[in-house]
Amino acid sequence: MSRYVSYRDFDWLLIIFVLMICAIGVFEIQSATVHTKFAGAHIKQLYWIVGGLIGMFLVSLLNYQALLEQVHWMYIGAIASLMSVMIFGQKYLGARRWIKMPGGQHFQPSEWVKLILILAVAKYFADMHHRDLSWSDFIKAGAIVGIPMLMVLAQPDLGTALTYMPIALMGLFLGGVRLKQALIVLIIAGSVMPLAWHKLKPYQKDRLISFMEPEADKQGSGYQVIQSKIAVGSGGIWGGTGTQTHLSYLPVPQTDFIFAAFSEEHGFVGALGVLLLYFIVLMRLTQNAQTAPDRAGTFVVMGVVAVLSFHILVNVGMVVGFMPVTGIPLPLMSYGGSSVLFMFLALGMVMNVRMRRFVN
Amino acid sequence: MFGRDEKVSSIRLTAVQYIILIIFMILAYGLWRLQVMQSDFYAQLAEKNRIRNVPILAPRGKILDRQGRVIVDNYPSFSALLLRDSTRDLNADADVIAQGLHLEPKEVRDRIRKFTSMPQYQPIFLKDDITPDELAFIESHKNELPELDTIMAHRRLYPRNGFMAHLVGYVGEVTETMLNQPQFEFYNPGDVVGVSGVEKQYNQILMGQNGSRRALVDSRGKEMGRLDETPAVPGKQLKLTIDIDLQIAAEEALAGKNGAVVAMDPRNGEILAMVSRPTFDPNDFAVRVSRDEWNKLVNDPDKPLLNKAIQAQLAPGSTFKIIMSVAGWQENIAQTLNVHCTGGATFYGRRFGCWVKGGHGPVDFTKAIYQSCDVFFYTLAEKLGIDRIAKYATALGLGQKTGIDLPNEVSGVMPSEEWKIRNFKQKWFAGETISVGIGQGAIATTPVQLIRAISAISMDGRMVVPHVVNPTELPTGVVDVQRYTEVKTVPIDSAGYTTITDAMARVLLPEGTAPSAHIPGIDIAGKTGSAQIVSLALRAKHANDDDFAQNGWFVGFTPRRNPEIIVCVLFEGGEHGKLAARLATQVIKAYVDKQNRQPTKMAKDGAKVDVGALWTAPDEDGKENNGIGAGHFVVEASKKKPPLAAAAPGLQ
Repeated sequence: MSRYVSYRDFDWLLIIFVLMICAIGVFEIQSATVHTKFAGAHIKQLYWIVGGLIGMFLVSLLNYQALLEQVHWMYIGAIASLMSVMIFGQKYLGARRWIKMPGGQHFQPSEWVKLILILAVAKYFADMHHRDLSWSDFIKAGAIVGIPMLMVLAQPDLGTALTYMPIALMGLFLGGVRLKQALIVLIIAGSVMPLAWHKLKPYQKDRLISFMEPEADKQGSGYQVIQSKIAVGSGGIWGGTGTQTHLSYLPVPQTDFIFAAFSEEHGFVGALGVLLLYFIVLMRLTQNAQTAPDRAGTFVVMGVVAVLSFHILVNVGMVVGFMPVTGIPLPLMSYGGSSVLFMFLALGMVMNVRMRRFVN
Repeated sequence: MFGRDEKVSSIRLTAVQYIILIIFMILAYGLWRLQVMQSDFYAQLAEKNRIRNVPILAPRGKILDRQGRVIVDNYPSFSALLLRDSTRDLNADADVIAQGLHLEPKEVRDRIRKFTSMPQYQPIFLKDDITPDELAFIESHKNELPELDTIMAHRRLYPRNGFMAHLVGYVGEVTETMLNQPQFEFYNPGDVVGVSGVEKQYNQILMGQNGSRRALVDSRGKEMGRLDETPAVPGKQLKLTIDIDLQIAAEEALAGKNGAVVAMDPRNGEILAMVSRPTFDPNDFAVRVSRDEWNKLVNDPDKPLLNKAIQAQLAPGSTFKIIMSVAGWQENIAQTLNVHCTGGATFYGRRFGCWVKGGHGPVDFTKAIYQSCDVFFYTLAEKLGIDRIAKYATALGLGQKTGIDLPNEVSGVMPSEEWKIRNFKQKWFAGETISVGIGQGAIATTPVQLIRAISAISMDGRMVVPHVVNPTELPTGVVDVQRYTEVKTVPIDSAGYTTITDAMARVLLPEGTAPSAHIPGIDIAGKTGSAQIVSLALRAKHANDDDFAQNGWFVGFTPRRNPEIIVCVLFEGGEHGKLAARLATQVIKAYVDKQNRQPTKMAKDGAKVDVGALWTAPDEDGKENNGIGAGHFVVEASKKKPPLAAAAPGLQ
């Protein structure tokens, strides 16, 4: 492939909106942590963002199509890394998610695996030879995502495992899944649900229960949901003084509940504004998917769209009380290195696709 | 051929875009719901989170006697606290703390351990009601032991040894059942209210209103700032009609015995003293009474928690003969009735004995009273019939509550034909009337009822309402003043009145039933009573077991016309009314003595006073101290200052 790529083709508009969201995130982290032991977190977040930007540029340099050719190796590597977590992993907060690297850094493979999965799914559907999905295609696609998903589930990390699902769903949907197939799978999934319920750990059950009825356990799992709603609600239309965040009533305001902290301080107007920014980003991404040179490119970008949308839906849904508490961060705003890095690397892939849209 | 370059179905891509739009609209709706529709609700919850109301406790009003002397007061009680949000190792300090507060180190450690699961801002209460030296220990160790702190609350201080315990009552924390009742709708859990006696009856006045301090707190409960403060309204003090000097005399009279004493001013119904025995110490209740102690008090057969003055309903015995006398006179039977007492009489086939086995001989109305002849009154009872007796007794307030301003008064029993049918579905047997004639049988009175009835008779038919607080001294609207100051008139023939009171005055003379209670110089009119609890036959069977001893009653007043004080004594197990009489006259003597000590001869403003004086003066020769001068002057008392020493004209 010729490399007639130029940085004019970089999606500067997208980057501007993404950085706006990041900036809002940094300011909110600063405000939320100013008197707590997390003070200074916003500086760290800035480092991650800068690092992410660099990563994004680097990734966009590669040719995604060449990457896709190598995806099999990457997939094996991903499975291997997940396996090494299961064997060598450190237990932290009750889950085995990290490997300690020589040098003292922690490495959380599950985020990398997400990236690789997007590519793997894209390649799979790109290589498909027919318009509609056959059952064997369906099952194969399911396996590609399902195996790593189960491995993450075993860590146990239900939240992250769930974030793999939208990749599969998006792939299936765009890959031509038929209505009948979808319904059958839903029915099967529905009947498997009671079994799944039993397999849930107690704290996960608690979270679901307190989602249904937050008042039932005000001091425990219901507490976070209630406090989040109080914070958001008391923001009113124009925002308040952020007392709930500043007086520590809102739990983890710099990570999972950053949107609640923001909504408390900036009200309906502010919250809607941020949602609008995310929406613009998503629409822009979809546009990039439509102008991709080949199917694979489209799938890659839409995989990113799927993950991003899912995160927003689950996190903001949790903040307003529509979803149970899951520990899924809000991309670009929540404080946290792996989430920021993942997003920028994923955006790097999107840039990658976009920049080659005129290349045949 | 469908290959890599084949584009993804644009319909599906567009569908994804719309799905994303729908998701965002749902999220926006969620925000709308919280931030626009329910914004106020959540703003309120946010307030509730971060604002803590700390109550400022109001001190309770003092209780005073009629002269303003303090009976019940509050004292500041300190509790020792252990704060847990510091970085100190509490277990290491436990030994020192235990020593300073006179606790066991193990106890302190146990408490620390028990509290580990509680939020950190909650302090541990180590000890209530700490002594001054323990308080000094905490204060002096503020640097070495910063985790120790104190909190002050007001505690009620009652007189020791159960003095006036039943009348005054005690306080306690309001219970859940109480909070559910409508009259307690403004009270909160943790409020201290009166639970018995005057504390309960006048709780509204005594109890102040707690203030509150609003403070800004963070999620760990740490106070971050102060908002506003509503000061507490202290309770008002309450002045009783009780005279401490008479109360002391009454308590001393009944010391070591069981029963009750009530002293009242018959002119207005003010209670001057009220005692019930056995008693309990309400100070025990003011801190916290243990279950064992409580059970002991409740199960004690002598019933120490009962205020016998208003709650003991017992047969009045011969004291009832006074009411019988009124009934008999008003019905024109008693004044001309004469019986010959031989020690007993037979009515309706049954023999009723007189307390003088050999009989009183010929008995007329007056002698029947001061000799307390049972046969006379049996006869009178038979002639009157129960309904006529009941008519007068009820008019004098028997069988009903007196309406005294204390909680849980009982109404006693005054039988009648209607009463028997209503309560027992049986006809009243004429034979039962006979026992009622001498205050036995179905009749039961409380000391307060009895004193009121006799007081009405002593005041020529003016019946007052007994009360322990003068309603005119209360703020308006608290009680219905009329209720306590109204005076009913019971029609008594004035000749009957004089005859009866004169006869009662002879009770304490040698010919009466209580000559040993006589006090020289004081004209006391009264009536003794010895009330059986069980039949004499049953008593004899139990070889005069103390449990079955008779109750001694006495009601007496002085002087016999327009009396100033009336006293009723119930001496449980006292056997004879004359012993009760002796106790009563102790109280009366205390009253009279106090009256005599009053400077009743104090010059009034502007009045002229006769002064006689002797002084030494130089005689006509001018020599000193040889002569005595004398004179009689009329001095005008200065309006401003009572003269302590008036210079008689001519005196330097």
